[in-house]
Amino acid sequence: MTKVLELRGITKRFGALTANDDISLELQPGEILALLGENGAGKTTLMNILFGHYAADEGSVHVFGQKLPPGVPRKAIEAGVGMVHQHFTLAGNLSVLENVMLGSEPLRRIKSARAEARAKLLKIAERFGLPIDPEAKISALSVGERQRVEILKALYRDARILILDEPTAVLARPEAQRLFETLRDMTKEGLSLIFISHKLREVMTADRVAVLRGGKLVAERNTADTSPAELAELMVGRKVERPTRADHRTGAPVMSAVGVSIKRGEETRLDDVNFTVHEGEILGIVGVSGNGQAALGALLSGLVQPSSGELRLRGADASALGPRGMIRAGVGRVPEDRHAEGVVGELSVWENAVLERLKTPQFSKNGFVRQRESREYAERLIERFDIRGASADTRARLLSGGNMQKLILGRVLSNEPSFVLANQPTRGLDEGAIASVHTELLAAREKGAAILLISEELEEAVALSDRIQAIVKGRLSAPIEAKDANPQRLGLMMAGAWDEDAHAT
Amino acid sequence: MTEAIDLLFNTSLWAAVLRIATPLIFGVLGALLCERAGVLNLGIEGIMTMGAMTGWLAVYLGLPLWLGLVVAASSGAVMGLLHATLTVPLGLSQHVSGLGITLFASALAAYLYRLIVEVGDLPPTIEPFRPIDVPFLSDIPILGPVLFGQAAPTYVALAAVIVVAYMLARTPVGLAIRMTGENPHAVEAQGLNPIRIRIGAVVAGSALMAVGGSFLTMAAFDSFFPGMVQGRGWICIALVVFASWRPGKALLGALLFAFFDAYQLRLQTVVDGVPYQLFLMAPYVLSILALIFVARRAEVPASLMVPYRRGER
Repeated sequence: MTKVLELRGITKRFGALTANDDISLELQPGEILALLGENGAGKTTLMNILFGHYAADEGSVHVFGQKLPPGVPRKAIEAGVGMVHQHFTLAGNLSVLENVMLGSEPLRRIKSARAEARAKLLKIAERFGLPIDPEAKISALSVGERQRVEILKALYRDARILILDEPTAVLARPEAQRLFETLRDMTKEGLSLIFISHKLREVMTADRVAVLRGGKLVAERNTADTSPAELAELMVGRKVERPTRADHRTGAPVMSAVGVSIKRGEETRLDDVNFTVHEGEILGIVGVSGNGQAALGALLSGLVQPSSGELRLRGADASALGPRGMIRAGVGRVPEDRHAEGVVGELSVWENAVLERLKTPQFSKNGFVRQRESREYAERLIERFDIRGASADTRARLLSGGNMQKLILGRVLSNEPSFVLANQPTRGLDEGAIASVHTELLAAREKGAAILLISEELEEAVALSDRIQAIVKGRLSAPIEAKDANPQRLGLMMAGAWDEDAHAT
Repeated sequence: MTEAIDLLFNTSLWAAVLRIATPLIFGVLGALLCERAGVLNLGIEGIMTMGAMTGWLAVYLGLPLWLGLVVAASSGAVMGLLHATLTVPLGLSQHVSGLGITLFASALAAYLYRLIVEVGDLPPTIEPFRPIDVPFLSDIPILGPVLFGQAAPTYVALAAVIVVAYMLARTPVGLAIRMTGENPHAVEAQGLNPIRIRIGAVVAGSALMAVGGSFLTMAAFDSFFPGMVQGRGWICIALVVFASWRPGKALLGALLFAFFDAYQLRLQTVVDGVPYQLFLMAPYVLSILALIFVARRAEVPASLMVPYRRGER
């Protein structure tokens, strides 16, 4: 077999950072290669060099034996390389056909050959099993359909090598499974594929895995000869094990909901919800996203009030505390979307660290911010929670997802909260970061904090929680002990099959 | 009151509408082209002034009228290139650069005019474009004098609407321009260069704006004086929004504004007891009202005023 693609000694530096360090890779025809690495390992940079978005400082890219000129996406496209970007490169206001056609015709042409393009697109869509309406506006399509358009764009330009950057980051799990089936079918049509991922489960669907760490290629394995555990270790560079929960006695109730409903207009977002979280306990709430988790998170953050029922914090009514009241009462919040609600990206790490408690005497005096104390506090957080790549004055948006989450966790946990809302705390994080988030949550539990964990990852919920409840269409099931939880039972619960008599306990 | 209605049946009113609309049509097409590629060009007021001066000056110095239009377009293109350089590869604020270009171009036009032209008691004049009566067609009752008795650049303006509309909707270049205004990253990912496309659109759009300005000195009037553009550029910026960034609607908007303007001029002569300032105000007030009703549904190019930097999101 002759190789379709070869990267030779690629090195790319951004200032002092070496994003890619002398990386060489090959791709065989009809092969699926997974590029595995933590956030910031240099995967996307490498693929951007291959596609010509960046020019490498050293090394070269060879496609079908031909050397590509560096930094020219058009040449990569012409050589048969197609890229499906993680952040789709589509124009929402334009049609599918227009998005696909762009750049495929000489700009001097006096009239676009729309009819021919439409016919060609439909033919390709049929051949690869990717049905699409060419006249649909992108903004009217679902995320999965948009990704299909991204793939079709590449196929329309006769791509023989397809690069997919974190293709499942935006997809729900069933959609992701379908995508991998489609990709496998595409190799039968003679395509070769590279996809980027940091999820171990996904990379095992490839033929071969190349592991990147700190900008270096550290290993290549055939998936048949390796295991997720080995890959995890290669990716992180040390043995990573998610911590395990030790049994211990839980204490008095801290936060409880009694018959809480939240209605907005006609829509019922939470329906007669009951739960109790005790000192030193983690209560897991599992469910398919969009079943009321957002409303539950908003309720416990003080952002919305119950329409009926009561939220109790240590026996007192906490329904109307509001966000500031919740923080004062010792509630820590790890929000679902860390970029939108967790940090203010344009502010520095120290500003974000003290933002929630700016009015306390620790951080302000006579209406002025105590900058020195605030910075020292932020530096202690950086040290204590191992927030990498940051000083107190770094802008928060420059942190990687895992380090941003550590900052948020640090802000919450250093305050010795009596209750913590952890809403999807590990979404989008890589293995190393997941392990440290889990360790911190369990440590807070040891210290007696009551924690409500909202998670879509069953493994995570079972590993961390003492008890588990399922959320379905705004309703909560009765709790079960984590030791009684197995995938089948949780699956049934998440599908809404539970004993209604036990509902109101 | 009947007199006011009678005015509507006067062909001279409708002929005036087309005449008044001509510089606006060029201006709004130019602004639309820039904005469709994602660049707001507030330099328009100054670029129109520059076009008004350079086109007139070229003819005053002996060039034929048509070459005067070319000179005007070129001066606009130069100003456009300046704006594009500042805002596209350098990514500076489009507002600040645009307003700077307006101040700079207006002042430069006035300065060059004073430097080159000897101004006596009356400003010097040229022999401008005259209305041409298209043979036979201009004899059609009512429609004839309105549509076929205009100065040549008016026909160019109408043709330009068709050309720009066709170009945007039906050609690969047009698609590339629209896509650049929506998502320049998509353009780059498809192997085209969004920076070049933006520069090209701003340069071409600015040339159109300058031709619009030159109509004032080379057809509507026969001499130049500073400040003669009188906010028409700003009207064009509003008309682009009114038109939802579509050339056909832009023509409609320009005609509507021109109608208000032509009608109020004539109303002043038949209605007594109303301060004339109210009439002068009318087109602007009506434009704002139209904008409120029409522009709320407008589809703004998603990347308008968002600088594009390679490899950044």
